[in-house]
Amino acid sequence: MLPGAAADEVDTILDEAWELSRVVALRPEPFGALAYHFDNRRLIFLKRPELVEVVRGLGAAPDVRTALTRAGVPAGQWAAYARALRGLAEADVIRHRETPGEAR
Amino acid sequence: MTTLTDAPAAGTSSPAAVSLVQRFERGLDAPICLTWELTYACNLSCVHCLSSSGRRDPRELSTAQCEAIIDELQAMQVFYVNIGGGEPTVRPDFWHLLQYAVDRHVGVKFSTNGVRLDRARARQLARTDYVDVQVSLDGATAEVNDRVRGRGSFAMALRALDNLAEAGFRDAKVSVVVTRENAGQLDQFQRIADDHGATLRLTRLRPSGRGADVWDELHPTAQQQRDLYDWLVGAGEKVLTGDSFFHLAGFGEKLPGLNLCGAGRVVCLIDPVGDVYACPFTIHETFRAGNVVADGGFAPVWRTSELFRELREPQSGGACSSCGFYDACRGGCMAAKFFTGLPLDGPDPECVQGYGQQALADPGRTVPAADHDHSHRTGRRARSAGEPVLVQIGPPPTAVAAVPIAVTAPPVPACAENPLAGFTPTG
Repeated sequence: MLPGAAADEVDTILDEAWELSRVVALRPEPFGALAYHFDNRRLIFLKRPELVEVVRGLGAAPDVRTALTRAGVPAGQWAAYARALRGLAEADVIRHRETPGEAR
Repeated sequence: MTTLTDAPAAGTSSPAAVSLVQRFERGLDAPICLTWELTYACNLSCVHCLSSSGRRDPRELSTAQCEAIIDELQAMQVFYVNIGGGEPTVRPDFWHLLQYAVDRHVGVKFSTNGVRLDRARARQLARTDYVDVQVSLDGATAEVNDRVRGRGSFAMALRALDNLAEAGFRDAKVSVVVTRENAGQLDQFQRIADDHGATLRLTRLRPSGRGADVWDELHPTAQQQRDLYDWLVGAGEKVLTGDSFFHLAGFGEKLPGLNLCGAGRVVCLIDPVGDVYACPFTIHETFRAGNVVADGGFAPVWRTSELFRELREPQSGGACSSCGFYDACRGGCMAAKFFTGLPLDGPDPECVQGYGQQALADPGRTVPAADHDHSHRTGRRARSAGEPVLVQIGPPPTAVAAVPIAVTAPPVPACAENPLAGFTPTG
């Protein structure tokens, strides 16, 4: 899905299994978290604590939808979260898991 | 992905959404960008050295004390540290400390004049994860560089870059302090970087340390600032600046980076004796927040220092608040103001709207005395051949002394490497 795609379009990412990249560390901050990518040396700011919780929960959830539910994100916000996760995927903060299921 | 300059998130789930810039102004739980000068000792005597380095300080932290700081940085999740000096590689335990840090996932970016980067060290670095190397170069030609950094320093830096490239070290940084003398060489610097598979990094000349002595002669002219700004806008994120030139945002479009003074908020400096300062450019008692030994570690200083608490309070624009560009440049660099004797809530001395020049013309202006000096005792005032010759008129002397002396350009904060994954849930 390209950035800027219609908000009401259901992103297929919701049905996919993802996880925090193993080369990324998250540091809690009052605004959410600071992510650091040890390979490309980039800093990424997660601007909401709720998003941080979702990202942290990805690896233990069979799919993104479950991670969102477990983090208590209302279904009405899933499209926005899906877009944010796509952005994080582009920055290699999260990575796609081939096999669904509990990763770690 | 958005950038930091975006409007505050207007999310529905968080009532008083605060922009990231505001968050940063209030300070973070740990610095993003920590500079750590390991030693005041240096083999060079650069005329603009921010830390007035040259001689080792007998009180410099021991290996064990340095390891304790690294342990603390790991616990605080400071993801990388900018190591400088002095010339950090002249510390005998430098390579040990580097490995100690990267083993604990504290990445190291270190600045060097190249003196110890022989082929073996370059190969070692190429094998090490989480290490970045910045080789300081203040002229794209030996003539321009060596007037500032000392005779032979251009050849030394180029040799280091050659060794790194040959060893397969990826993406070294060529780190340049922009001066009146090298401002016309930006394309040449870029070529040097390209030729070595390196990235160019440009930073601002500050009137700190010995820089105060040469700032009048060396800081870029108004026209050079304009040209530099245009060049940086054209280069985009290809060239690193460590957020150095946010005062140029007054020309219009912001440059990549945070575009705010991070001193004590997201940035600070630990000096070789463990003193903590608000930023790498403020080695002066006024900006000393504490000491890692006397105050029980780095974290207590970062979190409880009275100075940092003050710096994290909302700053008033002072004389700048009525200027239409204040939101862009936010008054510029605190250190540049302080060391030129300007009020901290007024314009930057290099304000692109010209207010700095007016302020500098104030007859009541008093430049603060330097209170730290580790310069070689044979420095500028008793110059011998081989040392930098900036103020000399005419060609540099041809005699080459044993070893020149001074400091690598200090490691300027290399943070602010966006992207930001900001977003606004609207549902």
